[in-house]
Amino acid sequence: MIDIHSVSKSFVTRDADPVHALNQVSLEIYDNEFFTLLGPSGCGKTTLLRLIAGFEAPSSGAIRIAGNDVAALPPQKRPVNTVFQSYALFPHMSVAENVAFGLEMQNAPKSLIDERVREALEMVRLEGFATRRPAQLSGGQQQRVAVARALAPKPSVLLLDEPLSALDLKLRKGMQSELKRLQRETGITFVLVTHDQEEALAMSDRIAVMRSGDVLQVGTPRDIYDNPQDRFVADFIGESNLLPGAALGRDPAKTIVVRPEHIVVSPVSDGAKGHATGAVSAITFLGSDTLYEVVLEEGAKLHSRSRGGAALSTGDRVIVDWARGVERELAN
Amino acid sequence: MGPNRTWLLIAPAMLVIGIFMVLPLLLAVGYSFMTANPYGGVTAPATFDAYLQFLYQRDFDDSLVFSPSYALIILRSIYLAMATTLICLVLGLPVAWYIVCQTPERRRILLFAVTLPFWINTLIRTYCWILILRDEGLANGALRHAGIISDPLPLLYNDGSILLGLVYTFLPFMVLPIYSTLERIDARLIEAAHDLYASRAAVFRRIVWPLARPGALAGATLVFAPALGSFLAPDLLGGGKKLLIGSLIQMQFTSSRNWPFGAALSTVVTVVVLTVFVIRSRRAQEERG
Repeated sequence: MIDIHSVSKSFVTRDADPVHALNQVSLEIYDNEFFTLLGPSGCGKTTLLRLIAGFEAPSSGAIRIAGNDVAALPPQKRPVNTVFQSYALFPHMSVAENVAFGLEMQNAPKSLIDERVREALEMVRLEGFATRRPAQLSGGQQQRVAVARALAPKPSVLLLDEPLSALDLKLRKGMQSELKRLQRETGITFVLVTHDQEEALAMSDRIAVMRSGDVLQVGTPRDIYDNPQDRFVADFIGESNLLPGAALGRDPAKTIVVRPEHIVVSPVSDGAKGHATGAVSAITFLGSDTLYEVVLEEGAKLHSRSRGGAALSTGDRVIVDWARGVERELAN
Repeated sequence: MGPNRTWLLIAPAMLVIGIFMVLPLLLAVGYSFMTANPYGGVTAPATFDAYLQFLYQRDFDDSLVFSPSYALIILRSIYLAMATTLICLVLGLPVAWYIVCQTPERRRILLFAVTLPFWINTLIRTYCWILILRDEGLANGALRHAGIISDPLPLLYNDGSILLGLVYTFLPFMVLPIYSTLERIDARLIEAAHDLYASRAAVFRRIVWPLARPGALAGATLVFAPALGSFLAPDLLGGGKKLLIGSLIQMQFTSSRNWPFGAALSTVVTVVVLTVFVIRSRRAQEERG
């Protein structure tokens, strides 16, 4: 287990005030879990990852891995391996030499190294590439070498710093399930850093949503999606309508959060009663779904996403409705 | 400009190299097969005498006796040039590494400091070393003042002072190419190596040094070749007691007025240097596979 206890980190810049990258962050990451640090750039997620790896030291607070305080340990003494965003493969070594490096540095016997290298390359499906140089590989293959290299010494924690951001969409989807599979097969704790909420929802057991050095919410993907406890979380994870309470005739100090897929729009003439009425201002056809933009009578704008789609056209007056229980009421 | 006319771009440089390097080199090789004119220059007939003079001495009865003294001068010169190269490497690598680790601003200042000696004439700089090293010089004066010695140490006019002068002159040529290769090393590679349990020493041995080696080899080339032919430092700081190849060649064209022998010696040195480089680049190519 990784226990991050009240960790702060500020960087001192020469001309400005110190930059607070992390403000008293506390987190518990369990064994064998796929944990994701999710947030926009500059939220402190990469800093937190570098603190766990040991590349930076916290300004205050403690980090414990499996009960041991690692504050005084340099990266080479931590049971943690990293998959870097830029892969950072050693250009002068072959694929096999790259993968063997960690084990060699631990003075593992030659036979064990050979076996683990073969195993690791098998795991990432690069069996035939052992003698190639990194420069001779595609981006996706380099990525898998980086994963194999970090997994070969069998660390207790694998840190992944935006590992998929340099890949194109199709490869990225493939690698998402690959990484998930590797995490299950090895039983190693994975800590992933990403700004891509879809990626986080698809891969993680639990997610910590971060913004400007704070952890806003920690939970399972479903929990975070269904029960955002913060306007930012609601907005950042998936798509949300953040409606001012006043627009729905409720407490103006509250914001009502409803997901577009929960909102049903129907023509006024049906006689149904909903939460509000408005007019369709735009219709976007998305293939399986149709997206309606509705301007409420009070002026607020919302989106409804529905399968198939009702026979509506721009300008139609509609009733906007959603089932009881799908909305969340948050403080402004 | 069409693709088949791009050679025009290198034409001026080729012309300069052709006139000022290839031509003189051919002239030197040509002169080395001529007979010396006692008033300087060369005359007919063409002979191998200059090359014979390199290894043999003509006895009174005109028979040739083997004499290694000139070959020994070349060997001693090669030895001093190699020692210079090695010392420059040992001193230059940490300096280059230190500079790379600084902020961009400080890097600029430090790089400027490395090239600073180029702004002062080599002759003047070498004379300064005489002022520092001679018996009444700064170094001996300071040591005597501090009461460490009573009689001056013989700091000048030996192999040590020659080496000092050579290292001092050529160190920047080692630092700069190593710096430029170190600068291109991705800092993430070093983090990645530490992350994979490498100690600092292992990071240097397995990551930094292999990646810096092309720069070190370039630096070795830039130091070894001119150090081998250098005559300023050996003459001034070595006192001219023991000749080095650069001084020997220079003497043949000036006081000794034996141009063919000077040209022959130059040719031998050029062949030695070229041989070293050919072997080196072959090996580098093999390594790259």
